[in-house]
Amino acid sequence: MTDSIYREVILDHYRNPRNKGTLDPADYSYEDTNPLCGDEVRIDLRVVDDRIADVKFSGRGCAVSLASASILTEMVEGRPLAEVKGLTKDDLLEELGIPVSPARLKCALLGLKVLKAGIYGVAHADDEL
Amino acid sequence: MSTSTLVTPLDAGAVRADFPILAETNERGQPLTFLDSAASSQKPAAVLDALDSYYRSYNANIHRGVYALSEKATARYEEARHLVADFIGAASPRECVFVRNTTEAINLVAQTWGRRHVGPGDLIVLTVMDHHSNLVPWQMLAEEKGADLAHVRITSDGRLEMDHLDELLRREPKLVAFPHVSNALGTVNDAAEIVRRAHAAGSLVLIDGAQSVPHLPVDVRVLDCDFLAFSGHKMLAPMGSGVLYGKRALLEAMPPFMGGGSMIRKVELGRSTWADVPAKFEAGTPAVGEAIGLGAAVEYLSALGMDRVRDHERELTAYALDRLAEVPDLTVYGPADPNQRSGAVSFTVGDVHPHDVAAILDGENVAVRAGHHCCQPLMRELGLLATTRASFYVYNTEEDVDRLAAALRKATAIFAV
Repeated sequence: MTDSIYREVILDHYRNPRNKGTLDPADYSYEDTNPLCGDEVRIDLRVVDDRIADVKFSGRGCAVSLASASILTEMVEGRPLAEVKGLTKDDLLEELGIPVSPARLKCALLGLKVLKAGIYGVAHADDEL
Repeated sequence: MSTSTLVTPLDAGAVRADFPILAETNERGQPLTFLDSAASSQKPAAVLDALDSYYRSYNANIHRGVYALSEKATARYEEARHLVADFIGAASPRECVFVRNTTEAINLVAQTWGRRHVGPGDLIVLTVMDHHSNLVPWQMLAEEKGADLAHVRITSDGRLEMDHLDELLRREPKLVAFPHVSNALGTVNDAAEIVRRAHAAGSLVLIDGAQSVPHLPVDVRVLDCDFLAFSGHKMLAPMGSGVLYGKRALLEAMPPFMGGGSMIRKVELGRSTWADVPAKFEAGTPAVGEAIGLGAAVEYLSALGMDRVRDHERELTAYALDRLAEVPDLTVYGPADPNQRSGAVSFTVGDVHPHDVAAILDGENVAVRAGHHCCQPLMRELGLLATTRASFYVYNTEEDVDRLAAALRKATAIFAV
């Protein structure tokens, strides 16, 4: 069923987002929108010794985009930047563990798109996904 | 035309049998509850048959072939134009230009009438509740010509502020363009009164009829509008069929839109002269079968009777407003009085994102629209990112509304509103 995407893990991260907020100063900061539903996600990073020492996300949007961004921050915190650059959409979708329809893919991947755009620079973000 | 009090109500249950898609179920065996007709309607068998018959038995290009198939296709295409003209009360089929959709119709006016008659400092009056398709073409024209735009404000319940319209009309705009019915709020604007006031100020008037022509009786001679734009696909007809109505003298004085075949009288290497209207605005091979399908849709709606269609939707909307009021923390936007609104009902449920609401409804095979409805300025005015919108048409029943309400309760349970 379509509403099985609203499994407890998604609702939990939506209601109790991890790493919610902003970093000032941040080594990397980027935000983007999903024009389909107007979701906005911003991700701030601090990098120490090429590792993500601190990560925060902020924004507004649907449960799928915000929960996905929350889960993403948990995935990347403490990990080497090089590893994070290699994260694929499949890595994130696997972590989400929910069936994402094509229509909701942009919601689910907004956080990853923002993260990659932040650490790679805007031009490459879509290519990398 | 008989009045609504003298005719039997529309039998939506019988109407449903004419729409093959409504007999489909999803992979979970749930019946389709289609509540997104404001985006695009479903098509009755009569329209599908008209389309099928054209492509199977007399598919040919029109207005040129000296053979039977082409002559038949041409005759049916022009017959569809007659049907459309009668449907909206046009004085002549020549006043009806076939286009792809409402958007193309409005762009046609902006790029032909607009580019010729709008100059630096001229004013075009629009409204805050306009669809992007009646905002962006005028923004493009205003930027090119150095013209000004002003927008009629809305009341908190989503009606046009007529005093503000009067204030703007004192600046003697060249054109007033507005939606007859708001796609996002369902507001039915008093089109005849707006036209009367605009004409008194010396302005021409374009009505965006995308949400009115499919749902209520629209007569261009009663409204006295100068232009009326509408889409076929929202009124039971195929995608890619639409109409620009324009008063004949205006259309004749306008330069062409696109150049090419069919729209010419005589072509030399260096210059050309134009065909009479409406051919002048129909460059290239049109969507022939789709226009014929629009003719079939208009016949279908005429047989139902547009007064009955309006009455059916008004009653269903009243029922829906009652049912939705019972859903916890649900807010409906637009006029509360079903007499002042259409069957497009926009709402939010607590602070649940409309996309999530729509996704949960989809889990029950209830199809609604969620988003900004191509009305970003209106959403900003209302302080919203988006809404969920259910919209009704001839085939919707109280049972559909009940399924909507039940699915909404499920959404409120999941999100613990």
